[in-house]
Amino acid sequence: MNAPLDWLQLALFCGVLLLLTKPLGLYLSQVLERGRTWLDPIVGPLERATYRLCGIEADREQDWFGYTISLLAFSLVGLVLTYLLLRGQGRLPLNPQHLPGLPPHLAFNTAVSFATNTNWQSYSGETTLSYFSQMVALTIHNFTSAAAGIAVAAALVRGLARHSVRTIGNFWADLVRVTYYVLAPLSVVLALFLVAQGTIQNFQPYVAVRPLAAGTAGAPKIAQGPMASQVAIKMLGTNGGGFTNANASHPYENPTPLSNLVQMLAIFALPSALTYYLGRVVKNQRHGWAVWAAMFLLFLAGVLVTWHAEAAGNPIHQRLGLVAADGNLEGKEVRFGIFNSALFATITTDASCGAVNAMHDSFTPLGGLVPLFNIETGEVIFGGVGAGLYGMLVFVVLAVFIAGLMVGRTPEYLGKKIEAYDVKLVMLVLMVLAATILGGTAWAARTDWGRAGLNNAGPHGFSEILYAYSSAVGNNGSAFAGLTASPADGDPHYDVTLALAMLVGRFLMIVPLLALAGNFAAKRLVPASAGTFRTEGPTFVVLLIGTVLLVGALTFLPALAVGPIVEHYLMGAGRLF
Amino acid sequence: MTAFLRDLKTASLLTLLLALLLGGAYPLAVWAGAQLCFPRQANGSLIRDADGTVRGSTRLAQAFPGPAYFHPRPSAAGAGYDAANSGGSNLGPTSRALADRIASAVTAFRVENHLPPSAAVPADAVTASASGLDPHISPANAALQAARVAQARGLPLARIRAMIAAATEGPDLGCLGDPGVNVIRLNLSLDASPMLP
Repeated sequence: MNAPLDWLQLALFCGVLLLLTKPLGLYLSQVLERGRTWLDPIVGPLERATYRLCGIEADREQDWFGYTISLLAFSLVGLVLTYLLLRGQGRLPLNPQHLPGLPPHLAFNTAVSFATNTNWQSYSGETTLSYFSQMVALTIHNFTSAAAGIAVAAALVRGLARHSVRTIGNFWADLVRVTYYVLAPLSVVLALFLVAQGTIQNFQPYVAVRPLAAGTAGAPKIAQGPMASQVAIKMLGTNGGGFTNANASHPYENPTPLSNLVQMLAIFALPSALTYYLGRVVKNQRHGWAVWAAMFLLFLAGVLVTWHAEAAGNPIHQRLGLVAADGNLEGKEVRFGIFNSALFATITTDASCGAVNAMHDSFTPLGGLVPLFNIETGEVIFGGVGAGLYGMLVFVVLAVFIAGLMVGRTPEYLGKKIEAYDVKLVMLVLMVLAATILGGTAWAARTDWGRAGLNNAGPHGFSEILYAYSSAVGNNGSAFAGLTASPADGDPHYDVTLALAMLVGRFLMIVPLLALAGNFAAKRLVPASAGTFRTEGPTFVVLLIGTVLLVGALTFLPALAVGPIVEHYLMGAGRLF
Repeated sequence: MTAFLRDLKTASLLTLLLALLLGGAYPLAVWAGAQLCFPRQANGSLIRDADGTVRGSTRLAQAFPGPAYFHPRPSAAGAGYDAANSGGSNLGPTSRALADRIASAVTAFRVENHLPPSAAVPADAVTASASGLDPHISPANAALQAARVAQARGLPLARIRAMIAAATEGPDLGCLGDPGVNVIRLNLSLDASPMLP
């Protein structure tokens, strides 16, 4: 433990994130608003060829309904393709370990998981999936589910910025441009950097090893594969599905503290830049920065709580004779230590990434509560690529509405009246998501199949279930990984219910939001008056943070009380389960 | 409905094209660049004998039983240190199984390193890592194991301490991450030093 150095690392991370926000935001604006970029000479011809080949009229903008239908059609096709590839894995190439096809429920869960940008891993990477499945079936979703998320955010931002029109952009053009101009080039650079740090990228079969120490039993093997290419996009696209079971804690996936820092920045870079894009498109840069500030303060609070809880450690273990100053190291890697494990856990759940460099299941109760709560806010603290911004805009609309109620005026946001229809859509989103999380948790906790999957007893077991449904609905994908969702006896309940929760979390969020975008685009502008609530500056930031915390706290506090909160006090009392 | 069918056609064509580009060309391009520029890392940072037999990777822990080797952290990967089945214990803070496992690991660590029964034990020595393949131990952990290894190998303690220092990695850029002693590199350097008769 070296506290001053840890503070320095925190400052370094925050500083670099802040510095990246504007340039990357400007670049995103060029890509999404069809401007010129410096990649045009190389990527432009490929982009136009793609439009020709697929019959895309990129210049014809769509209304919200057309945009939604295109997005749903694209998601459906990708989901079906991945399901079929996973089922037929045994007959496909690049499978040196001769891994068989996945059973139906696991293939369904995995296909949904990647199509919805969740990347929950019901499977264990190196023992279940062939190189072909990882490369083709999963990696395309890592790109396209991320690009689709950014597309939806862009459509919503356009809806807010425009007035008296019906169209909000072209889904296909948004998808292709984000993939070609942003995600793919950044991924190539990041992947090569990770290889330089020690991440593998090969197609060899698992390597047989003769252990260094004589007399070691067994015939160990080392898993190999095209890892770096997948890890790069799993971070940039806030996907989070690891190549290996251990995800970003595996020394191949995240070899050094430097690779760890860059991976954390890769998670937050695009969501942070999208707030700049928001400010630019609605022509109110201070509003963009106000949203950024609200996200940043929520992020900082989460880091400090998790860091403190993990550094304080577990009094039960300390009484057994551990060095108390070492903190809680169960499920953590030495090279990351307490601080970088706490920082990564906060970032990956603020965003909808879900990659882990430490096992959240083994965190202290309060250290594990923060990731859980982050997910339950709807992952609006920077959030998933695109998903974070459109999720936060839900809260912005709600905050402005509440402010309007408080001063007794018709609420206005960016020069437009917020009306009953808008608030109904926003509340629909919030209530459906909360009901799915809490309903799924309650159902699983009361059934035999739900309790059979647990790795821990007592309140921690309940936390495992709550985390699973929160992670699925939030499209996060991290887990209290002790929970066995795909048991050896083939019980499909968890796989299927979690997959349905992911679908609800993705599409019952996106569809109402695109409807909201269409409704906002059609509104007329009303001139700002003295009574207009200003959506910039500290008052707005505080109100926005309050709205996020209030909705999250009121909805989930009872469930958190019987999970991590009660466990915290039981741990203090030395109770074991 | 016709609009949806037209969308399905576009979606199918685009998905196939992207599967070729992102599932094929992209990983191959990274593979080519990686094999060209960083072949050792891209192929797993493997340790090979003179005859080419793979003995492990400098980045992945493996079991080192016996007093003459430094011991890596406990592992929950497969049956232990299974580099084809990574993972942690996922036992929570109030787990009896975890507390029992830590209690016996604490006792074992004190006994094998000849420490007094009240000695505080470095947390990393008795807790399972996240991957089960953590190649590092804390410098404090290595220091407590040094006397045992020196005795078992008949090497001077100062020599062992110098090897520990040489195998210590990090922090990156002087400030990133916690310093760790790479157990594999440390044990390799031990095996390369001739034991006293």
